[in-house]
Amino acid sequence: MSLIELQDIRRSFTIRTKAGRLRREKREVHAVDGLSFSIDAGECVGYIGPNGAGKSTTIKMLTGILVPSSGRLRVAGVDPARERVRLARRIGVVFGQRTTLWWDLPLRDSYELARRIYRIPDARYRANLDRCIELLDLGGLLDTPVRQLSLGQRMRGDLAAALLHDPQVLYLDEPTIGLDVVSKARVREFLREVNTRQGTTVLLTTHDLVDIEQLCGRVMVIDHGRVVYDGSLDGLHAAGQSERTLVVDLAEAGPAIEVAGARVVKVEGPRQWLAFPAQQSAAPIVAAVAARYPLADLSVREPAIEDVIARMYAEVAIG
Amino acid sequence: MEIPVGLGPENGAHAPDTGQLSRDGRWDTGRLYLAIAKGAFRRYSTYRAATVAGTVTNTVFGFILAYTFLALWQARPGLGGYDTAQAVTYIWISQSLLVTVAVWGGGFQDEVQDRFRTGDIAIDLYRPVDFQGWWLATDLGRAAFHLVARGLLPTLVGALAFHLRLPTDPLVWAVFLLTVLIAVVASFGLRFLVSLTGFWLHDSEGIRAVMLVVAMFFSGMLLPIGLFPGRLGELAHVLPWAALIQIPTDILLERRTGGAVLTGIAFQLVWALVLLAAGRAAQLLATRKVVVQGG
Ligand SMILES: Nc1ncnc2c1ncn2[C@@H]1O[C@H](COP(=O)(O)OP(=O)(O)OP(=O)(O)O)[C@@H](O)[C@H]1O
Ligand SMILES: [Mg+2]
Repeated sequence: MSLIELQDIRRSFTIRTKAGRLRREKREVHAVDGLSFSIDAGECVGYIGPNGAGKSTTIKMLTGILVPSSGRLRVAGVDPARERVRLARRIGVVFGQRTTLWWDLPLRDSYELARRIYRIPDARYRANLDRCIELLDLGGLLDTPVRQLSLGQRMRGDLAAALLHDPQVLYLDEPTIGLDVVSKARVREFLREVNTRQGTTVLLTTHDLVDIEQLCGRVMVIDHGRVVYDGSLDGLHAAGQSERTLVVDLAEAGPAIEVAGARVVKVEGPRQWLAFPAQQSAAPIVAAVAARYPLADLSVREPAIEDVIARMYAEVAIG
Repeated sequence: MEIPVGLGPENGAHAPDTGQLSRDGRWDTGRLYLAIAKGAFRRYSTYRAATVAGTVTNTVFGFILAYTFLALWQARPGLGGYDTAQAVTYIWISQSLLVTVAVWGGGFQDEVQDRFRTGDIAIDLYRPVDFQGWWLATDLGRAAFHLVARGLLPTLVGALAFHLRLPTDPLVWAVFLLTVLIAVVASFGLRFLVSLTGFWLHDSEGIRAVMLVVAMFFSGMLLPIGLFPGRLGELAHVLPWAALIQIPTDILLERRTGGAVLTGIAFQLVWALVLLAAGRAAQLLATRKVVVQGG
């Protein structure tokens, strides 16, 4: 049985806008519109989608601070909204743009508090804290007031706070937002460790696809509150009809090359860009070009996952 | 309600949760709130500059008001049944309680308001700690700090500069401290209700401003309630703000003795409990609003 199960979950908001002096208009926004998926214990799932797709709304429903308008939702066998407090002891949540830490007090105090809130047995608390300190390099920061921490340091502090009570599930809403490359790497490394060693189930929302590439075996793309893709990251290329690019440098500038199976997307002096389906081999195209045009150099570019997803978002918006 | 077996811990690391409110459980809850209160105490103690400035302000105002009252009582001796020494003592004690009891609002209110603004208030809801209990604990921690820093120090200065009428019976002091504690809880009850309006209004700044004026007047901060004429005085004596300053100071000045001490404490307790209960009801509505309507 799955740890997280959603069946046809819908959530709409009523937005009241002023229309004229006295009239008020009511408008329904379907933030989540028939979402169904399940996640097994131990999975690490990337949850992506354009702004306003309904990602944060989903996470709020999973933590129980928002009830679905309709549908069936279970986390660890319980209905989150009805047993919010009880479920809180089994989940960890990190909102990249908010903090659960005590702003004016040393980091250590927030951990002591977490220990009391979640009633963590002493030995477990020690062990977990030590592990977090080591993996997140928090040793030198424990006595620093949270308000004096940099964004990256604070995020590491928040991650530790969310994991001290050994949650079964960790929800992360944009955990790497605003972090520099080094901090991002550290956070990812830590999350991988938590997922693989501890077996903690991770659901990760992000706009940084590198997070997904490095951490998640499974990715769900949602848009307008529906799942538009659910599968492996590699599968996204096929699903997104992504294209590879052949870049050729001809001996001299000329008109666009004409060759079967590829189309020219850009010409810049002697250099031309040819796009062809990602699943197709480059060899016949290279051979065909070489046979008819004097070649100086060539290279093949793999499709960027960003482009694939951008195209996927755009398609959903049109279709 | 039990979490069905089999959905429980996936590995040994996840602590079992039986959900029974055992004696251990209550003990743990007590320690949690103590930890929250201690944290708040320490937090306020880190604002050194603000504390110094505030203490100086209380002391300066103590002097100004004490001289004003001296002049007033010289013109009208025995006004409201207070002799001159009692009147001056009233000033210093009310100055000491002003911030401790947060007559003008503030304390956790600023923080809650901030959390509404940033949206962090949602985080508070998913933490497995009672919202009201959490903020009450922080406010008690804050009040303990303010009682020492902004209460004790100005009173000591006042006692050196003026002839104060302070009790010698330690029991009176003990009862006084108890009434201050209840006063803080009652004041918390009022402020909590005001803060919760933030769930419905974009900003509770306006209500806070109105409450400040009302509280300043009806708590007896400007003038002892005993000096209010006729109906106004009767009204002031039954409103919750009388529990904040008037009752503790009357007990310390030994204007309330014997049975009147008990009725005073009972009055405070009733208001504290009514306000806490109202806050709890408002919290239920607010939680429902966030969870069902989405904020
Ligand atoms: N409390 C609310 N009241 C009204 N509308 C809301 C509320 N919360 C979310 N929405 C709307 O629901 C939709 C989904 O929002 P949500 O925050 O879930 O998006 P998201 O996928 O997290 O986007 P982002 O990538 O920008 O964080 C948006 O159109 C948003 O305006
Ligand atoms: Mg979001």
